[in-house]
Amino acid sequence: MTSISSAALDLKRLDILAKQGTSIHLLDARAKTIVTFGFILAVISFDRYEVARLIPFFIFPAVILSLSSLPSLYIIRKIAIALPFLVAIGIFNPLVDHETLYQLGHLHIAAGWFSFASIILRGILTAGAALILVGVTGFNDICLALERLGIPQIFVIQMLFMYRYLFVLVEEGERVSRGRELRSFGTRGFGSRSYISVIGHLIIRTWERAERIRNAMLARSFVGEFHAASKMDFGKKEWFFVSSWLLIFILLRFINIPERMSSLLAPLLNSRFFNSF
Amino acid sequence: MHMSDALLSPLTGIAMCALSTGMIAYSSGRIGKEELEKRAPLIGVMASFVFAAQMINFTIPGTGSSGHLGGGVLLAVLLGPYASFLAISSVILVQALFFADGGLLALGCNIFNMGFFPAFIAYPFIYRKIAGSSPDAGKESIAIMAASVFSLQAGAFSVVLESVASGVSSLPFSAFAAVMQSVHLAIGVVEGVATAGIVAFIRKASPRMLQFHPKPLPLREFPFKNALFCLSLITMLAAAGVISWFSSAKPDGLEWSIQKITGREAPDSKNGRFHTFFEKMQKKTVFLPGYDFDATESAEARMKTESSRAGGMLSAVAGGIITLLTVFLAGFLLRKFTGGKAG
Repeated sequence: MTSISSAALDLKRLDILAKQGTSIHLLDARAKTIVTFGFILAVISFDRYEVARLIPFFIFPAVILSLSSLPSLYIIRKIAIALPFLVAIGIFNPLVDHETLYQLGHLHIAAGWFSFASIILRGILTAGAALILVGVTGFNDICLALERLGIPQIFVIQMLFMYRYLFVLVEEGERVSRGRELRSFGTRGFGSRSYISVIGHLIIRTWERAERIRNAMLARSFVGEFHAASKMDFGKKEWFFVSSWLLIFILLRFINIPERMSSLLAPLLNSRFFNSF
Repeated sequence: MHMSDALLSPLTGIAMCALSTGMIAYSSGRIGKEELEKRAPLIGVMASFVFAAQMINFTIPGTGSSGHLGGGVLLAVLLGPYASFLAISSVILVQALFFADGGLLALGCNIFNMGFFPAFIAYPFIYRKIAGSSPDAGKESIAIMAASVFSLQAGAFSVVLESVASGVSSLPFSAFAAVMQSVHLAIGVVEGVATAGIVAFIRKASPRMLQFHPKPLPLREFPFKNALFCLSLITMLAAAGVISWFSSAKPDGLEWSIQKITGREAPDSKNGRFHTFFEKMQKKTVFLPGYDFDATESAEARMKTESSRAGGMLSAVAGGIITLLTVFLAGFLLRKFTGGKAG
């Protein structure tokens, strides 16, 4: 039961976070959407065994989180919830792909471990990017940006309707679910018969509610358009934001930063530390 | 069965996004402009119903575990193929954005896997064919059961195909497919039982909800241009994908096939300015140049290179850690200096 209400609260929290007025929040939603897609493409374009070169990409979430004052721990927790599936799929890589890729003394490290680590890093970066996008933009603005980017109007309008009634329906689902729990004993009353009746009533109520909403909207001269409160304007700031981030992603994609960093350290490694092995 | 960004190659991701966007455009076109204001609220509110329904569980007899509704087939039966495809797509979009289920680039795959099969295959070719125009309870339940099982099986199989085509996960095709298909057979049966029960309930309690038939669109309004554009894009990407699959699934796949075809090693690349330029670029950009970890390497040679490899690895780890620290320090400082301005 707690899961229903916590999921609803979680949705609301991200939405409230998106209503701040920081410099990142005020940017045009299209700019943020384009940059996020560019980021994801750059991250997943690496070779499957790549680990070290993914690390510099943390600069994007780190900078955006800082500038937008989103709570980092909250985002990290949400990413952690999404990771177990990736661990379940990725853990097979070391089992299947056990050709030695690196050797340190007697320790053989299988190629599979590198691809496993790579999957986890990709997961953290891409899931984080999606959560940050919604945290700095908000669902409504993302929808409007999608429309401006060419997604058909009816799809966007029904998404906006869905989002408006999501909270209402999730709360209704919670009430119904609580009622069912109070009337059942142990696992009795949780079977498919009561489930079908509960969901059946919920769906009929939802349908009728949807029809009432539609009639009310039509009566108030709804012609299939929502008017955005915030103005969409792709100005100089947006051009700067998009071009500079895309440039950074291209540089990070083609320049090996960890290698450069380590070449600075090479004399140190070669002299004492490394020779002790 | 959400496909994840982390398991996806850019080409597969982009191709599937193009395909799904094309299908969204097609479905939107089929619903038609004049229907927009009448249909949009209904589709949207029914999409949000799926979230409410997914939060309510029921126990599966004999197993002790619990299941919930996926909703694809239920929406197809209630809203028809085009509207249900739009509704499921938006549910998947919200899951990607708010719960990090899947990912943004994986949206194309997920919309295809979970939306296309129930709406465009299972509904017209299985449900409508078995149930007919005025179905009795038994026939309709069988139709829904078959449609649900098929949708889940086809969706799971596309997840396997997409993962294998992307080549990030090392899971062998047959093992991955065996696991996915059997798990989703059980899920499909549970989904089928629940959906059939709900539809039977609605047929008794509020039959008018099931009298929905989408109006066919006149041929001249069909978005031919969009469809053609999407088709050509997909063909191009698919061709590119096939080529890159050979070259990326195993790093030396393409070289190997060239060797097989021509009987010698990769074509001479020493002449020509472009070749030298790109060779230089490649050397600069490749983290593990040449993958010189040959299994047939002699033990002696291995001993010789061991120390240099260990050194390489140490320096890579050190470089990685330093980069990570630098990034977090930058983030921390940025927050410290800009924190006051926020809000």
